[in-house]
Amino acid sequence: MSRHAVRALAAGLVLAALLAGAAPSGAQGVTLNGAGATFPFPLYSKWSQVYAAEKGVQINYQSIGSGGGIRQFIAKTVDFGASDGPMTDEQIAQAGGRVLHIPMVAGAVVPVYNVPGVGPGLNFTPDVLTDIFLGKITKWNDPRLLRHNASFRLPATDIVVVHRSDGSGTTAIWVNYLSKVSAEWKQRVGEGTSVNWPTGLGGKGNEGVAGVVKQTPNSLGYVELAYALTNQMTFGNVQNGAGQFIRPSLSSTTKAMEGALSSIPDDYRVFFTNPAGKDGYPVAGFTWILIYGDQSDPAKAKALVEFLWWATHEGQKYAPTLLYASLPKSLVTRIERTLRSVTAKGSPVMP
Amino acid sequence: MSIAGRIAAASPARTGDRPFQILLAGMAAAVPVIIGAILVALIAAGWPAIQRFGVRFFVTSTWDPVAGTFGVLPFIYGTVVSSALALLIAIPLGLGAAIFLSELVPGWLRAPIGFLVELLAAIPSVVIGLWGIFVLVPWVRAVLSPVLKSTLGFLPLFSGPPLGIGMLTAGLVLSVMIVPFIVAVSTEVMRAVPRTQREAALALGATGWETTRTAVLPYARSGIVGAIFLALARALGETMAVTMVIGNVPQIRASLFAPAYTIPAVIANEFAEATGDLYLAALVYAGLVLFVVTVAMNALARLLVRRVARGPALIREQ
Repeated sequence: MSRHAVRALAAGLVLAALLAGAAPSGAQGVTLNGAGATFPFPLYSKWSQVYAAEKGVQINYQSIGSGGGIRQFIAKTVDFGASDGPMTDEQIAQAGGRVLHIPMVAGAVVPVYNVPGVGPGLNFTPDVLTDIFLGKITKWNDPRLLRHNASFRLPATDIVVVHRSDGSGTTAIWVNYLSKVSAEWKQRVGEGTSVNWPTGLGGKGNEGVAGVVKQTPNSLGYVELAYALTNQMTFGNVQNGAGQFIRPSLSSTTKAMEGALSSIPDDYRVFFTNPAGKDGYPVAGFTWILIYGDQSDPAKAKALVEFLWWATHEGQKYAPTLLYASLPKSLVTRIERTLRSVTAKGSPVMP
Repeated sequence: MSIAGRIAAASPARTGDRPFQILLAGMAAAVPVIIGAILVALIAAGWPAIQRFGVRFFVTSTWDPVAGTFGVLPFIYGTVVSSALALLIAIPLGLGAAIFLSELVPGWLRAPIGFLVELLAAIPSVVIGLWGIFVLVPWVRAVLSPVLKSTLGFLPLFSGPPLGIGMLTAGLVLSVMIVPFIVAVSTEVMRAVPRTQREAALALGATGWETTRTAVLPYARSGIVGAIFLALARALGETMAVTMVIGNVPQIRASLFAPAYTIPAVIANEFAEATGDLYLAALVYAGLVLFVVTVAMNALARLLVRRVARGPALIREQ
């Protein structure tokens, strides 16, 4: 290390020490560390920026993946975890204590395709989607695919199925949906962040799937709605439980949350795929922040709960511009109750 | 005892030699210690999977994180075949280029070509992967695969639908990544061959090619072999570029057009989101398998080289 670097490092350490010492007590000057899902990272870093400027609370968020976020959360090396998939009962038992899943925003997963001469808006029924991903429907001009797509001229070519090769919340939502609409999928493949795919090619990340789909004629894959929108990919509609073909969008995702409201349990640990209601897009899921319901440090607990309150209220206005579906009012009211239940050393954190 | 050691023992005035020797021995010992530590750490972290699956892990083909059943055979296959394919392409190409650069190239051209070779080695693998998916994949699908199919299509190696994504493209991408290693190192060792070797061969009436074959290549052999090992190691461990073009499907197919999967790719793909102790342990166990595969491939390559080295008419180094 050069002498300059040493000097710069020393100066930095001194500065950091001064800043830490100068910080006023209370919520201000508290630093909250979190780690987890990559999907909400752009939103969380926006929140962190705005919140630091408005309230003086630093939020450090490391997007290391949901699995890593849950592990860090269980090991209590972070103040909050973040995940695109709910923790299992086993993981909650490992964590010990009351674990709260707080929904932040939702994201939709959409079927994207590249069929020469075919534009956006193909209609997919749940059974057609399942059978394509099970490898049972192999041609684009399969009669079951043609039935709801009379206006399209689909070729007699093989469907090249593309899925995520990396473990991801996007996959978790997609296969959860397929498990809900198909008993065969549930029994043969099941659900999780990675599954044993019956057919298809794997691409790493949304960009990997998008790359393979764009490069391979007659392919069909799935990516996050935000990714499909920003990259102008050709995507289709999915038929919901009420029989309507719904174009995936931020508003149809929020509508899906409203439709699912009565079926969302008190701990929010659910994929609200295939919900009731006729306007909701059926393939969508929450991204959660994980916190302990009984905190040990009152100052930190106050800062944490205040931040989550802000994120689920004022913070929601940043969601649509970053292409996340914001939470419906009815759900936020329920989250308020959950946040009020957080305690620090036995006494409630929120008045 | 080494010469330096003997001198040190003979003259008590050289007291500094002993600590220096110990220091260097310690540095040399660091390498096996680190390898041992990695091995121990892998075994410890992978223990639940080792206990559960044992040797079956190597010979079963199901990778199902949902059911908690893990077997790495298709990944071993993908890793070995893609690396072998890469070497098959890169060794002749790299050696040819190295011979040209050390024996034939006009002086003014050597520096720019050498610079370009080093540049190729410096390109990050993710960039090569992007080039692979956007340039090489369409080319393999539209040009290379149909040509192979129409000429060699009777072989099972070139059957099935050409998607552009698969083992063949992975091998090509890997070969592009390892060629610079072979070229750069081989050129240097060939240039280090003493002029007198070449002059002797030429004086005996050898042609340019005969000089290279009988005087230069045998002399430079161990360096060239080292270059190939380096290239092999890079090919076995390469992750990003491979995962972007290989298709990531754990299966064993005779066709090079079919998608496949490699051990480094599955670890990189699934580690971040892996939940559950057994799943994590299985991924670590896969890492241990990669370790074993690397050692085995290296040993095999060394054995092969030793066989070849026994041939006649080859001068061995002193």
